[in-house]
Amino acid sequence: MIEVQNLTKAFGAKLAVNDISFTVQRGQVLGFLGPNGAGKTTTMRMITGFIPPTAGDVVVGGFNIERDPIAAKRLIGYLPENAPSYTDMTVRGFLNFAAELRGFRGAEKTRAVERVVEMCFLGSVLHQSVETLSKGFRHRTCFAQSIIHDPAVLILDEPTDGLDPNQKHEVRTLIRQMGEKKAIIFSTHILEEVEAVCSRAIIIDSGKIVANGTPAELKQKSTLAGAVTVRFANGDPASMKSKLSALSSGERLTILSEAPTAARIYPKNNGARGELAAEIGQLAARENWQIEELHTEEGRLDEVFRTITLPETAPRKS
Amino acid sequence: MTADTIPADTVVNVPDAPGKRSSLGNILTITKREVSGYFASPVAYVFIVIFLLLAGFFTFMVSDFFDRGQASLVMFFAWHPWLYLFLVPAVGMRMWSEERRLGTIELLLTMPVTPWQAIVGKFLASWIVLILALALTFPLVITVNYLGNPDNGIIVAGYVGSVLLSGAYLSIAAMTSAMTRNQVVSFILSVVLCLFLILAGWPPVTDLLVHWANPWFVQAISAFSVMAHFDAIQKGVLDSRDLLYFISVIVFCLFTTSVILRTHRAG
Ligand SMILES: Nc1ncnc2c1ncn2[C@@H]1O[C@H](COP(=O)(O)OP(=O)(O)OP(=O)(O)O)[C@@H](O)[C@H]1O
Ligand SMILES: [Mg+2]
Repeated sequence: MIEVQNLTKAFGAKLAVNDISFTVQRGQVLGFLGPNGAGKTTTMRMITGFIPPTAGDVVVGGFNIERDPIAAKRLIGYLPENAPSYTDMTVRGFLNFAAELRGFRGAEKTRAVERVVEMCFLGSVLHQSVETLSKGFRHRTCFAQSIIHDPAVLILDEPTDGLDPNQKHEVRTLIRQMGEKKAIIFSTHILEEVEAVCSRAIIIDSGKIVANGTPAELKQKSTLAGAVTVRFANGDPASMKSKLSALSSGERLTILSEAPTAARIYPKNNGARGELAAEIGQLAARENWQIEELHTEEGRLDEVFRTITLPETAPRKS
Repeated sequence: MTADTIPADTVVNVPDAPGKRSSLGNILTITKREVSGYFASPVAYVFIVIFLLLAGFFTFMVSDFFDRGQASLVMFFAWHPWLYLFLVPAVGMRMWSEERRLGTIELLLTMPVTPWQAIVGKFLASWIVLILALALTFPLVITVNYLGNPDNGIIVAGYVGSVLLSGAYLSIAAMTSAMTRNQVVSFILSVVLCLFLILAGWPPVTDLLVHWANPWFVQAISAFSVMAHFDAIQKGVLDSRDLLYFISVIVFCLFTTSVILRTHRAG
């Protein structure tokens, strides 16, 4: 549905987006991650046809955004960064305007507006001027505008920015549901959101893609992934330490607390999943240590994010 | 899924099948929004009131409308180039700068509308506000017809000229408002440009110019001025060259607006 090929944008001498390629199919939700200034917004602006790329192509639903902009834009719903809207209009007036530009008339228009008002919980502010809305409501108004024509492609730049926890949850649920039938790209700085919603995530840094995979795959890149955390109720800390560090499938040991002992053991690189945990279990049984807690770490996205986008500090952290 | 086919379910709720959305429909939607924007804020009311007050002041106080003993609106229209000099940029200054300041330009131009539709739609909206203010001077027409026996053909030509003049100024304001997100800067730039268009053909200036410049040069410069064309129409002659002049100014400035907007987006 969305094909991005060798997309590049230069502002003067600065490359804001540097040779990015990816595709998003219908039924996929792509999370766009990256530090401030990485080029997420710039990429989205090129996909939606707001700014022309310096090089590369964007094809949406078969239509090239530069050669066939109107046909491509019909398929796209877009929530720009900071959710701009006409402050001199009421919420209803604004949504009517968006619906009309999307080609709705008469009863069709009323129905389209009512649908998004319900989906975005805007009923209580329908006749209020956008200027007097709180930030979260303003954001939802602009979000409503982006889905008013039930688009096949949805581009959302930080859709949960400024929303309260309940609304964040609602919007995530909405994105996940809509993602079953649409091709969605959304950017965020909230990493839990990626795990909750995305089928795939891309991390970009300084305009380049530095990681691309499912959230589970990305988490695998974490140094924590596969490590076993274990906590015992009894046992002598010193002997535990020596025996745990001597495990054949363990690589390294960190003591998290002593007496009662809690430790994290990192696996050897070639170890099979679960092997390390099993070995610790056997050791504990032999030594009569009572296990209070034992689990294999999944890896954490925030750690992956930091490691990838802050290469100079990564060695110190691990 | 291959890229060049869209499965049928894509278009279920999208009524924008090609042909159904006319470009006129888009322009009118944008014009309607802009006009209601003017009347949602005090801008339109303030403009109309000030326009009517100033028009009345110049016509009756400065020009001795009644003492001239003539039934015509010549003295009313004669002030319009100066009246519009400040009032039209005041109406037009927000056209694109506000859109840029609010960031709504990103919404507007990612909708399925062409930049031209947006430019024309917004221009028409501001023009409608100006024309409305001008239309509210109709009591003057009634008055002169009551007092005497004016040539109503000349009066109609006067109104046509005034509408074209405000359109020309407005297209300049549209252009300068696309250059900046700051309305004040946009206002000043358009006043300066409009002033140039007046002065280039204003007799006191041209009389001064002939003393040190080639006469054909002075003539060429003053051909660019709104004054000669405006005055010609005020005499009741709707010459196609004068109409063409105003239309060219408008088209040229709106075209420049589209170039500025595109350049700005390219970064
Ligand atoms: N119009 C512009 N002119 C010049 N530079 C620009 C322009 N727009 C963006 N940039 C630069 O391009 C880079 C990428 O910006 P972009 O807004 O895409 O970042 P982002 O990933 O969206 O960041 P954030 O997480 O803060 O939203 C930044 O360095 C920014 O300063
Ligand atoms: Mg951004």
